[in-house]
Amino acid sequence: MSEHIASPKLYIGIFLALMICTAATVWAAYINLGQYNIVIALAIATLKATLVVLFFMHAKYSPGRTQLVIFCAVFWLGIMLALTLSDYTTRHELTQQQAQPAALVARRVAP
Amino acid sequence: MHRTGELYGQFETLEQQKDTATLGMWVFLVTEVLFFGGMFMTYTINRHAYSAAFGVGGNTLDLKLGGGNTVVLIMSSLTMAMAVWSAQVGKKQLITLFLILTLLLGGVFLGVKAIEYKQKYDHHLIPGQSFDITFCSNHPAPCGISAEDAAKEKTEIAEAFEKDPNLNSHAQLYFSLYFGMTGLHALHMIIGAGLLLWLIKEAVAKRFGPGYNTPVDITGLYWHFVDIVWIYLFPLLYLIDRHN
Repeated sequence: MSEHIASPKLYIGIFLALMICTAATVWAAYINLGQYNIVIALAIATLKATLVVLFFMHAKYSPGRTQLVIFCAVFWLGIMLALTLSDYTTRHELTQQQAQPAALVARRVAP
Repeated sequence: MHRTGELYGQFETLEQQKDTATLGMWVFLVTEVLFFGGMFMTYTINRHAYSAAFGVGGNTLDLKLGGGNTVVLIMSSLTMAMAVWSAQVGKKQLITLFLILTLLLGGVFLGVKAIEYKQKYDHHLIPGQSFDITFCSNHPAPCGISAEDAAKEKTEIAEAFEKDPNLNSHAQLYFSLYFGMTGLHALHMIIGAGLLLWLIKEAVAKRFGPGYNTPVDITGLYWHFVDIVWIYLFPLLYLIDRHN
């Protein structure tokens, strides 16, 4: 197994793709898509990061154990983000009725 | 003693030795992913909780400088990848050239970052006693913006104050995270620049080639990782609320 050498043409192609993605993310930011703006921005950033990892960082041509280490990083980051957000994004202020048990009691007494 | 790629006793082949070094660098980068991940997590939670203040804060950033810096940093990743390629195919002079280009582009990035920090200082946007999110909308002249833009900014800030009466405090939270995250990123760039200086010295001495290029390769991994951090910082800090 000898070292894989990627061609400069490939690197320049990846660079151009990254430039196009950068322009696209700035362009998309000015369109009002409500809460989907953040989704699109992060999707484009993830696409760019994937290109950098696969080609500039040679992950595509790395041994399986190196790829496993990269996968672990992403997986554990995912656990941290998903579990923390599942808590923070589902917290809501109590409404007055929920906050005052007496109101609940009163409602139950007089249906 | 200079290390020029001799085989150490614990390895069977040079290739195994190089794979091990690369794997070690990746393991370090995993810890970096989780380290920066914690900061991104903090940012996301606070942005979710104080979206009005974070929107106003993000829109005060200079998109031309931030976008330009994104281009500069991705370009430096390209020159770094080319330096690794030059080493792999044994073009010894090109290695030095591409490493110097990478260092220069990194320097441009840090210079622009310094200009941005100075701007934030002039605009009273450093968290602390003199922090005032309304400063530029009230004093357009020292901020170098037109009266028209100032009026627009004033309405935007007034609307945000209606959504969040503690806008000034929560905007400070945004700027604390802005300086914390970009500062940590810049620190990584400075460390990267130090590594590049050392690589340039070694490359001038013609120590790298097809047989031995591990230092160029794994410094490249580090440099690209720092690039990826910026790829996420740019949209999260600069672009989040531009559509308003």
